[in-house]
Amino acid sequence: MGEITDGFLEAITLIVTMNPELMEIAGRSLYVSSIATLVAALIAIPIGAVIYYYDFRGKRTVINLVQTLYALPTVIVGLLVYLLVSNSGPLGSLKLLYTVNAMIIAQVILVSPLIVGLAIAALSGLDKEMKYTTMALNARAYRAMMTLVRETKFAILSAVVLAFGRAIAEVGAVMMVGGNIRHFTRTLTTAITLNTSMGEFSTSIALGIILLTIALIVNFGVNFFQHYNGRMKDD
Amino acid sequence: MKKVLRVFGVFLILLAVVCAAGCVSTQQQEPTQLKIATTTSLYDTGLLDAVQDYYLDKYNVDLLITSQGTGKAIASAMNGDVDVLLVHSPSQEAVFIDDGYGVNHRGIAYNYFIIAGPADDPAGIAGMTPEEGVATLKALGDAGTDGIIFVSRGDNSGTHSAEKNIWKSAGFNYTAQITGCGPWYKETGAGMGDSLTTAGQLGAYILTDEATYLTYKKNNNLSLEVIINEGASLLNRYSIMTISPAKFPDTNVKDATDFTNWLISEDGQNFIGAYGVETYGKPLFTPMSTLNDSTLPPFNIDCKTPVVIPTA
Repeated sequence: MGEITDGFLEAITLIVTMNPELMEIAGRSLYVSSIATLVAALIAIPIGAVIYYYDFRGKRTVINLVQTLYALPTVIVGLLVYLLVSNSGPLGSLKLLYTVNAMIIAQVILVSPLIVGLAIAALSGLDKEMKYTTMALNARAYRAMMTLVRETKFAILSAVVLAFGRAIAEVGAVMMVGGNIRHFTRTLTTAITLNTSMGEFSTSIALGIILLTIALIVNFGVNFFQHYNGRMKDD
Repeated sequence: MKKVLRVFGVFLILLAVVCAAGCVSTQQQEPTQLKIATTTSLYDTGLLDAVQDYYLDKYNVDLLITSQGTGKAIASAMNGDVDVLLVHSPSQEAVFIDDGYGVNHRGIAYNYFIIAGPADDPAGIAGMTPEEGVATLKALGDAGTDGIIFVSRGDNSGTHSAEKNIWKSAGFNYTAQITGCGPWYKETGAGMGDSLTTAGQLGAYILTDEATYLTYKKNNNLSLEVIINEGASLLNRYSIMTISPAKFPDTNVKDATDFTNWLISEDGQNFIGAYGVETYGKPLFTPMSTLNDSTLPPFNIDCKTPVVIPTA
């Protein structure tokens, strides 16, 4: 119990005093996971729209496959990216290992299936009539898809927020490809792992509280945006 | 709409401030970078963070230290992902060097492992040699004696290797007789700290490095006491190696060589010898240079001759 209360106190002290190492680590976590989520969204939403829009043989199988990838273990993603960008791997010459960019790549791979799958689910919730009308009204398929995506933007935004949550909370992949290097690739989650193994339990709890606070702020921001826009539409 | 924009504006500014804080501190005056793979038990003492700050200040070289289990640290060195390997597992180091991956092997420091256990010492092994101690544990454990448990790292770490060596010198075949031999022998497959916590909760015996033990004793009310702390097989030797340019030509051998020479220099050795006094009341490491001749057993390593930049 002592550790938990100490953790709270330490979290507050660290935040109030703007501890520079903590700010750096929290900033890096936020940076890596925001960029990764953004890149993943830019890749995954169009893929989701295409899968939803066209009817093709094996569509159900593809969707099942995407949904299976929700369960992709973070360490496996880390290991795959590690083997790719390791100095003796196929992309070794790019010198990506133990950099922030490698961490972003790993997180993009990790969360893309989630956004693809949830985008398909969101679009599938649309009225069939609507899909066909939109198809008929738009000569170009991509315009029709954009209209449909716009119709489901709140659901898709929720998917993106969920993806951000998975990205910022995961530790396996960033530990593997980032290496938890102080001042370079240390994030909130890898710092939590490190402090736990160093026996600094209250610092770990403090970092956990800070991570949750960031997640809370992001969710709050998005909810507020959704709510406000929802109301505007009703008016 | 205005209100939304304002709230979002504040949010974005906050984001930008946090990001900027992250960026500023990573942009020093273009120091060179030396990548070091090391083991968790060494890194977790905090020694290397202290070295990192000092070394950047003094030599303008950024030490990029990644800590992993010894197995993975060696694997990443064999993939050419780092410039220098800093570990504590003589048998694995020897293989690494024999295979041509490592050069400029130097000893930097040592300390001793300890066998910790419940304060009432149910197996009665206090005062024994490590070999007698583990043999007694094995006998009692196999007999199903209540309250006899040994927790092993079970993760091919340097500490796990040291444990295997003790079983070996006590006359056991580790794979055939020890691992998985009964409910008294528990392998956590976890780091030193986690394993100590497990051992503490179970009231078990465990082989641990002293630094992690002291940290957990101090911070987390670990209930275990030191039971055995004398014996040649408890020696814990730390050494450094440069990844051979013959295997990976584009590693940073220049800084690797300088760093090795700094560690074995008077300045480096004093730095290591002074570390931990403030926090633990005693140094965590004994500098290797305090020995009359470190090349003799059980140390078996050069710690004095400066190294030169290796060539392919």
